[in-house]
Amino acid sequence: MSLVSIDQIHKYYGENHVLKGVDLKVAPGEVVSIIGRSGSGKSTLLRCINGLEAYQQGAIVVDSQAVEDDEYKLRLLSRSVGMVFQNFNLFPHMTAGENVMLAPKLVLGQDSKTSRAHAQELLEKVGLGDKFDAYPNNLSGGQQQRVAIARSLAMSPKVLLCDEITSALDPELVGEVLKVLEQLKAEGMTLILVTHEMNFARDVGDTVVFMHQGKVWETGPSDEVFASPQTSELQSFISAVL
Amino acid sequence: MSYQLNFSGLLPYLPQFAAGIWATIELTLISTFLGLLLGTIGAAGRNSRYRVARALWGCYVEIIRNTPFIVQLFFIFFGLPALGLKLSAWQAGMIAMVVNLGAYSTEIIRAGIDATPKGQWEAGKTLGLSRRQIFIRIVLPPAFQRVYPALVSQCIIVMLGSAVVSQISLEELTFAANFAQSRTFLSFESYLLTAVLYLVLALLMRQSFAFAAKRLFKNPSL
Repeated sequence: MSLVSIDQIHKYYGENHVLKGVDLKVAPGEVVSIIGRSGSGKSTLLRCINGLEAYQQGAIVVDSQAVEDDEYKLRLLSRSVGMVFQNFNLFPHMTAGENVMLAPKLVLGQDSKTSRAHAQELLEKVGLGDKFDAYPNNLSGGQQQRVAIARSLAMSPKVLLCDEITSALDPELVGEVLKVLEQLKAEGMTLILVTHEMNFARDVGDTVVFMHQGKVWETGPSDEVFASPQTSELQSFISAVL
Repeated sequence: MSYQLNFSGLLPYLPQFAAGIWATIELTLISTFLGLLLGTIGAAGRNSRYRVARALWGCYVEIIRNTPFIVQLFFIFFGLPALGLKLSAWQAGMIAMVVNLGAYSTEIIRAGIDATPKGQWEAGKTLGLSRRQIFIRIVLPPAFQRVYPALVSQCIIVMLGSAVVSQISLEELTFAANFAQSRTFLSFESYLLTAVLYLVLALLMRQSFAFAAKRLFKNPSL
């Protein structure tokens, strides 16, 4: 039984047909890396999964909830689907701890004590136990991104969407964020990542999805896909990035 | 240029000046509070997903920002009684100041809201927050902080502008100055003193806002 099931979705921006019948099934605990050139529709696909973008045809079901363009249903869905962004999007007027506590307090109605303890626990998990009271602008990019991951985890999502979460980081900070993802995989978290980290996709990911011109061009177990790409488009993409 | 300053001539009118200062402070405190509240609601209205709400708030803002304050005041005090709405000078002056600050601060706060990165809304959405929660908890506080200096200036402008309400016999500071001047003919002294008093009030106001900012904005460098 798949946790995320995407069935023949089509997405248009006006005249521009950006997703042309995409299918994707993600099993619980699976780590899926979506790769492809910019403009291939990979980020759009990811943003359709939690309703940040509406799609025009097809169906997406996450954790037996249909993803529809309805504010109330999307709010319910957001408890199952977490998202981490390229630019962190931490709330600048709140400390790291307050960022993590906010949604459990407002959405789940947790009291301050419970959410504080939980936030502290999550920050420790991402290696930032001593940064509870630090404001985002006093943290490095890698630290901010780890706070953002902790913030998503605070809602206990079933699947975590990661939209190029290392692309805005200095190279020496990428490792600390990827380490957290590895740890999450080891704990059985389902991850769908749009990424340019090919080594991570190959070594940690279970499945690779190569998108090209709004379609899933090639997909399969990550070691196989990288070892023997079938299409010429993927061959040229891999030789360009690796 | 051999004018002899005669401030002692104003001494009998000090009670009037004191009462005037107090009235100006009272007007300013209440209109600052209510005006900023109205401006916040207005900024939310200008940002509403309903077109009618956006248009109505837009009309209000443009009407107030494009007509003189004294005309707005006279309309409320002298005009509205024609509709059976009779207001005291205090009520009319207060309403005029609140409505005026409300319109200007709507636009100022809206500018702060417009500068919010789209990612802030998206992060709130993916965490399951409602639109209202995102607006109040995530968007509004940094927006306020961004435009705080402009809001402070606007509040001071409204305080200084309150001099105009002396025109409907509201006994605030400028009214006291006019009163003393007309009795003593010490125009130079009366208005010099009044100018200094307004200057002191404005500087005190700026200080208070700076003090409040330290409490309000826990992260000073957003």
